[in-house]
Amino acid sequence: MSAYKDQDPRLHGIKTKIRVVPNFPKSGIMFQDITTLLLDPKAFKDTIDLFVERYKGKNISVVAGIEARGFIFGPPIALAIGAKFVPLRKPKKLPGKVISQEYILEYGRDCLEMHVGAVEPGERALVVDDLIATGGTLCAAMDLLERVGAEVMECACVIELPELKGRERLNGKPLYVLVEYMEI
Amino acid sequence: MFAGENGLKGDPRLQAISQAIRVVPHFPKHGIMFQDITTLLLDHKAFKHTVDIFVDRYRDQHISVVAGIEARGFMFGPSIALAIGAKFVPLRKPRKLPGEVISEKYALEYGTDCLELHVGAVQPGERAIVIDDLVATGGTLSAGVKLLERVGADVVECACVIGVPNVKGQRRLIGKPVYVLVEPRKADKCYQDVMLVGS
Repeated sequence: MSAYKDQDPRLHGIKTKIRVVPNFPKSGIMFQDITTLLLDPKAFKDTIDLFVERYKGKNISVVAGIEARGFIFGPPIALAIGAKFVPLRKPKKLPGKVISQEYILEYGRDCLEMHVGAVEPGERALVVDDLIATGGTLCAAMDLLERVGAEVMECACVIELPELKGRERLNGKPLYVLVEYMEI
Repeated sequence: MFAGENGLKGDPRLQAISQAIRVVPHFPKHGIMFQDITTLLLDHKAFKHTVDIFVDRYRDQHISVVAGIEARGFMFGPSIALAIGAKFVPLRKPRKLPGEVISEKYALEYGTDCLELHVGAVQPGERAIVIDDLVATGGTLSAGVKLLERVGADVVECACVIGVPNVKGQRRLIGKPVYVLVEPRKADKCYQDVMLVGS
C-alpha cells in the first residue's frame, strides 16, 4: 500500500524534500537521499506522524530498524507508539549474543544481526527502513524476527522503487510506503 | 558535566536509565567493559526518559541543528530534533553520504578514522548540539564539533547518554561543554558470576 495514492496533503511536502543524487554509489543508480528530508523539521515530523497514525493502538511492541537509516526513523516511531526499538545491524557491531541472517546482494552477500533476547515469541513487530529496492534486506530482517517467534505485521518504508519489485519478495507480508520513485 | 550534578540530583529517571544499560565485558576486545545501550532502547519508559531529559534541556535554547554521530547517535538524535523543532544532521563514516561533503579526520587508539557532513546541511550562525551514545576520549565528538564549526555553526554543547569521567584531555580536545546523563557501569552481576565460575 502506498500512502501517496491516498493523497494525504503532507505527502507532497515529503516527496519534494527527498533529494535524488545521480550515479551514487555507482553509475546508473539514482540515489534517494533522505538527509534533505531530515533538514525540514515539518516534513520530518509529518513523515513520522504518518507512520505513528497508522500503527498507534495496534498492539505493536517491537519496531525493528535496519542499520543505519532505519535508526533515524524507527526510534521516533517506537517512542510514539509505546514499543521497544530493536536495531538490526551489520556483522560484529552488536556486543552481545546475536543471531545472523545472510542475504544476497547484486554482487556477493551481506548479513544482518539481531541480539538474542531482544524480542520475545509472539511479539507483534514492524520493520522500518528508509527505502525498499529489491527487498533483500527487508526479507533478511523479517527472517530474523520470525526466527525468534515474533509476528511481523508490516514493513514500513519512506520510499519504494516499484520497478525493482521488492514488494513481491516479501512473502506476502504487507508493505506500507509513503512515496514511490519511478525513473520514467 | 553530569546531569545528576546539574539540576537533576536524585532524579529517579537517571537511575532507571543507568540500570537499563547492559555491560558486556571484553567487547570489542579484551579489557573493554562495553556499555550496551540497546537494552535501554528495549525499555520504552527509560528510553523516553532519556530523550525527555535532553529535550527539556535544549528546547528553549534556540537550537536549530541536532547533529548525530553514526550510528548510535542516530538512535537518540532524531527524537530530540523532532521534539525541539530542529533539523537532524547525520555525521557519517566516509562514503556513506551521497552529496558533496566535508571530512574531518580524528585519532583512534591505533590509526585514524573520519567523519563527514553534507555541504549545505548547516548554515553559518546556526546553533547546534552534537549527540552520541557515549563519550570516552572525545575524539569522535571533537571531529563532529570541528565539522560544524568549519561551516560556521555555533556548537552550544555536546550531549551523550554515558560519559567516562576524568579522561585526560577529553574536555580540552572537544573544546565545548559536554552534558552527560550517567557514568559507565562496571560488570553486571550476571557476568561477574560467570567470570568467578570460570576462574
